[in-house]
Amino acid sequence: MYNKTVMDHFRNPRNVGIIEDADGVGEVGNPLCGDMMTIYLKIEDEIIKDIKFQTFGCGSAIAVSSMLTELAVGKTIAAAKKITNKDVADALEGLPKNKLHCSNLGADALQVAIKNYEDKKAGKTQPELKRKDQHEHSHGGKCYCPYCDVEILDNATFCEACHTNLKESH
Amino acid sequence: MTIINLDHISANPILSEVKEAMIAAIQMDYANPSSQHTRGEQAAETLESARESVAKLINCDNPKEVVFTSCGTESINHAIKGVALANAQKGKHIVTSNIEHNAVIRSLRRLKSMGYTITSVSVDEHGRVNPRDIAESIKDDTILVSVMHSNNETGTIQPIEEIGKIVREKKVLFHSDAVDSVGVVPIDVHKLNVDLLSFASNPFYGPTGVGGLYIRRGSQVWPLLDGGIQENNKRAGAENLVGIVGMGVAADLARSRMEERIAHTAGLKKKLLDELPSYIDEYIINTHPEFSLPNLVSVSVRYIEGESVVLMLDDDGIAVSTRSACATGSLRASHVLLSIGRDHADAQGTLLITFGVDNTEADVVTFLTALKNVVTTLRNISPLYKKATNNQK
Repeated sequence: MYNKTVMDHFRNPRNVGIIEDADGVGEVGNPLCGDMMTIYLKIEDEIIKDIKFQTFGCGSAIAVSSMLTELAVGKTIAAAKKITNKDVADALEGLPKNKLHCSNLGADALQVAIKNYEDKKAGKTQPELKRKDQHEHSHGGKCYCPYCDVEILDNATFCEACHTNLKESH
Repeated sequence: MTIINLDHISANPILSEVKEAMIAAIQMDYANPSSQHTRGEQAAETLESARESVAKLINCDNPKEVVFTSCGTESINHAIKGVALANAQKGKHIVTSNIEHNAVIRSLRRLKSMGYTITSVSVDEHGRVNPRDIAESIKDDTILVSVMHSNNETGTIQPIEEIGKIVREKKVLFHSDAVDSVGVVPIDVHKLNVDLLSFASNPFYGPTGVGGLYIRRGSQVWPLLDGGIQENNKRAGAENLVGIVGMGVAADLARSRMEERIAHTAGLKKKLLDELPSYIDEYIINTHPEFSLPNLVSVSVRYIEGESVVLMLDDDGIAVSTRSACATGSLRASHVLLSIGRDHADAQGTLLITFGVDNTEADVVTFLTALKNVVTTLRNISPLYKKATNNQK
């Protein structure tokens, strides 16, 4: 099901853990398939010096988190902002199509952590920890029903193939 | 590495006696059982002998009431759609439960799109249907009630006998999906008061690709496959004789060895449940403490996700199954686990451990030891575990 790179990052995840005095924390969760991820950033001179993650999720979610931390570490904030879910999936040499959905939270968590860092820096009193409501459709422009994996229209609210309501779910 | 198979519900090994019988059947080069010549008659005798074996397994005294199918799913489709189509002029209402297999759910969904109406009753915290709820759901235009015998995710066994009695009094047909029960626990179609019963060969160590459907004489059921006169006009198409021979032998063995198998797997199940607390904490047992399959344990391990557990245990040479949404390909939390009150996160960490004749007590210990390590590793990665332990402090 998973390729060797994915299995390697799943079996030996890099940068697992918590940074107690993190400069930015990003917590995202996918209520649909239950995956949740927290990213911790340590930033010096606008460069990500250290990054750690914790993830509740399937093999692909753990591998995505691990690969994301490898892509982000050492990058400037400006460069890290450009990391997309597709970049992470590509670095993993591909994920099963139905796993792209569960794994979209990877880059989202990083972006939320960066936003949290910037908010703190700007002196906002209540740092924003929550993810944005809808993830980007960054899996090649096509959209698939998260339940039955049939290709659907980007704005579909109902899957004709498996008769499921799709509010906010794809 | 020797693989420890604790995933018998996904695929059972085929017993050597069954394999030998099937190989012999292939070498016989059987003719078509419908042919009138001698070789055809030999084939027909072999077919009918297997039918008798299978009928005995469900205590059916008239083997003609048993139809061979290609799998449990076909049997279920045949029962539900066959009854619905044959009885459409009487009514279009069907009663079922919230925890059925997809073969039932999707057959009913198909019928719904054709104008049938469905009432689905809820279950208690162990996944048991209250027969009174079924009684209250039956209306004047109800033509069928379908409730599974044992659930494939929790192992919980339903009060089929009681439900069957109510349904029969109301003169409605009653189908039970007994795919995970037939050949595993004693099944008696008369005692259960069923009109239709679906089952398959692999759960009792026969080959996949063969199933059976019991249709009580006089029940109005249309065939799914139209064509020739095979299976007493109930299922057209040349029979899978090699598979059927295998199912027949597996049925004989299931009957003669049932007590021994139940004692063996129930012993392993008890050991697992007794010893689990000394290996891991924070879990929920989904299996009914009293009414459940002897070979199945469903456990929701909190704060971790099932697919990750399956992959890590696989590295240790242990095969188990999960009902995590991520692993099903559907990305949807199990309707069965949600129905018995698990939340989405706990449903995610649900493992299904199913024992078979090839397992030993040592397998249970190896599994528990490996599980402890995997759970520790994954909880270290999990943000939910950190939050839960912080809250408890």
